[in-house]
Amino acid sequence: MPKTIAPKKVPMPKQEPFERIRNFDEVALGFTPELARREAERCLACKKPYCVEGCPVGIDIPRFIKHIAEGDFKAGIKTIKERNALPAVCGRVCPQEEQCEKHCVLGKKHEPVAIGRLERFLADWEAASGSIEKPDIAPSNDRKVAVVGSGPAGITVASDLAVLGYAVTMYEALHEAGGVLTYGIPEFRLPKSIVRREVEYVRSLGVKLHLDYIVGKTRTVDRLLKDFDAVFIGAGAGLPWFLEIPGENLNGVYSANEYLTRCNLMKGFRFPACDTPLKRARRVAVFGGGNVAMDAARTALRLGADESHIVYRRSRKELPARLEEVENAEEEGVIFDYLTLPLRLIGDEQGWLVGIECQRMELGEPDASGRRRPVPVKGSEFVMEADASICAIGNSPNPLIPMTTPGLTIGKKGNIEADEETGRTSRENIWAGGDVVTGAATVISAMGAGRKAAKSIHERLSGSKKP
Amino acid sequence: MYRIIERRMIVPNLHELTVEAPQVTESVRPGNFVIVRPDADGERIPLSVADWDAEAGTVTSIFLQVGASTSKLARRRPGDTIPTYAGPLGQETEIRKYGTVLCVGGCYGIGSVYPVARALREAGNTVIALLEARSSYLLYWQDKFRSVAERTLELTRDGSAGYKGHITRLPEILTLEKIAPDLIVANGCTLQMMLVSRVTKPLGIKTIVNMNPIMIDGTGMCGVCRLTVAGKTKFACVDGPDFDGHEVDWEEFLKRRKTYNPEEVHPLRKSGCASHF
Repeated sequence: MPKTIAPKKVPMPKQEPFERIRNFDEVALGFTPELARREAERCLACKKPYCVEGCPVGIDIPRFIKHIAEGDFKAGIKTIKERNALPAVCGRVCPQEEQCEKHCVLGKKHEPVAIGRLERFLADWEAASGSIEKPDIAPSNDRKVAVVGSGPAGITVASDLAVLGYAVTMYEALHEAGGVLTYGIPEFRLPKSIVRREVEYVRSLGVKLHLDYIVGKTRTVDRLLKDFDAVFIGAGAGLPWFLEIPGENLNGVYSANEYLTRCNLMKGFRFPACDTPLKRARRVAVFGGGNVAMDAARTALRLGADESHIVYRRSRKELPARLEEVENAEEEGVIFDYLTLPLRLIGDEQGWLVGIECQRMELGEPDASGRRRPVPVKGSEFVMEADASICAIGNSPNPLIPMTTPGLTIGKKGNIEADEETGRTSRENIWAGGDVVTGAATVISAMGAGRKAAKSIHERLSGSKKP
Repeated sequence: MYRIIERRMIVPNLHELTVEAPQVTESVRPGNFVIVRPDADGERIPLSVADWDAEAGTVTSIFLQVGASTSKLARRRPGDTIPTYAGPLGQETEIRKYGTVLCVGGCYGIGSVYPVARALREAGNTVIALLEARSSYLLYWQDKFRSVAERTLELTRDGSAGYKGHITRLPEILTLEKIAPDLIVANGCTLQMMLVSRVTKPLGIKTIVNMNPIMIDGTGMCGVCRLTVAGKTKFACVDGPDFDGHEVDWEEFLKRRKTYNPEEVHPLRKSGCASHF
């Protein structure tokens, strides 16, 4: 008799909205072993698993789910770690609805299997168990690789190559490792203790980590190449865009990078216990509709804002953020001002933001991205009151390395050009991947790029004699 | 962790900080800055580089004790460690042969303009130094300047050393001293750099200033250090910190510098003394 399948995912316990907007603790609380097994039993164990095709790092998804269903969590986490060094992070921040879960056969009739929640469960279970599964590490091959940036791309390259016997040194510009996982994604979505745990895991594989080290300034890439056989650049998308409208240099106007870095990396939410201040704004307007915009708007609420607005020029349907994050923001009371375009920021005598002149939009014909193009409604200008605005419309790659590495081919948007399949750049022995190549994208796509680059570096270095 | 080799009050409220940081000395140039974090909960603050010793692997900065973070730094002793000392950051001051260059230093900028003067001298320029302070007891490093500058002039508000008055006397001093500089480099507090730029503009003397905004990462990532130069927004950390003083929007810059004034002194009230708060 065929088993009956529950049409819906097993819900994951969450902090109640009224409670969580007063703290920075994680919103989602994770599956218990019972809930995880119940969800795992929904998996059809397809012979041809489409979900795996949707995974940028190719985790054997049906196998780890089968292990959960059987209650063998240790085998489950081992399966994930064959392909993914950061399961606790990916289980939380991957857009599974666009990747593995999108391809789940169950999703045709019902809700797909909650693959992300299960991945997260295994990672947390392992951390709680206290014994961390480590892959076998090949004997040293006497080759040295420098990894620039300790975000998702860098961590993946470093751990893949360390396992293959390379001596890997990872360089981080800030005082904590993790890149955007540390400075960008808030505590309530990705606790920093988890990022630290994953970084420790990578170090336990033998990867050396240098903090406060700005490649391009402290040492150039060319200088690194004197000591290393290969350099991987995963320096991220660290140059914030502004709207380029009047008034953006008023006080109270932030880039999302600044706002989130003050809060996450510098622990500004604990000011004055921690020294880095973060103003308690009353009415906050966040420009943009992606995950970073949701993070900023939700952070503002937790910092005590009376009102936190998302100002977005299209409608709800076009929001690029994950639906789950939009729903979380809505539940928490973030106000969404759709079809609204900021025109000008208005300041007082002392140079502080007091208002934003906006214009209403309506949706016209689809544009190049396939989304309906917003068109201004004439005469619809109005002023919204605001004492803080946060610009979350994207980032360019950080210019420090392109500026100081001659011969590296740079694209129109300041990105390093690299082969999509191998991560190879225009320079011999330099690879690149993640946001520094693609512009701001997702954690898992950066990890996918890191995986491919590690493979290419290995092929290149193991195929040649040491000079 | 980075070891403090020397930390001493060089004149009232100004401290000399020398830190062991060989990775910084390897590529440091005049005009660069470092990002320093005094302790685990501390802010990341930029300090201009005032000198270095490549052999010993040490870097020296002069800083003004003004808020919470600089007060923490000012309490550190030789042998202590600090968790972050990152750099060198920023574009270096453009060193080439200009002819005659006047280097104006005030406050911490007396320190940071010193390596600029030294490098300009090495590049074959005639260097003249003008050191300014409220009073003679706030001047320092005159000997170092005398070793690289043809003339070392002083300007004090109370006249206790050198010329008496404010930096706005600069055009008059140039005439009295018969100096016709091809370039002026000014390092110091915002007001000083603004006033120098204001009085040199009518004279048509190119004036380079070393801007000192609020920063966090110092690598272009956060954008808090932005300022308007020649009508365009620039990031001081990666596009500067040196800019043409005649093109800077000083009014906007001064306002942005004040963003966190109340917060800057707030933690100072946590003295631990019950009657103090």
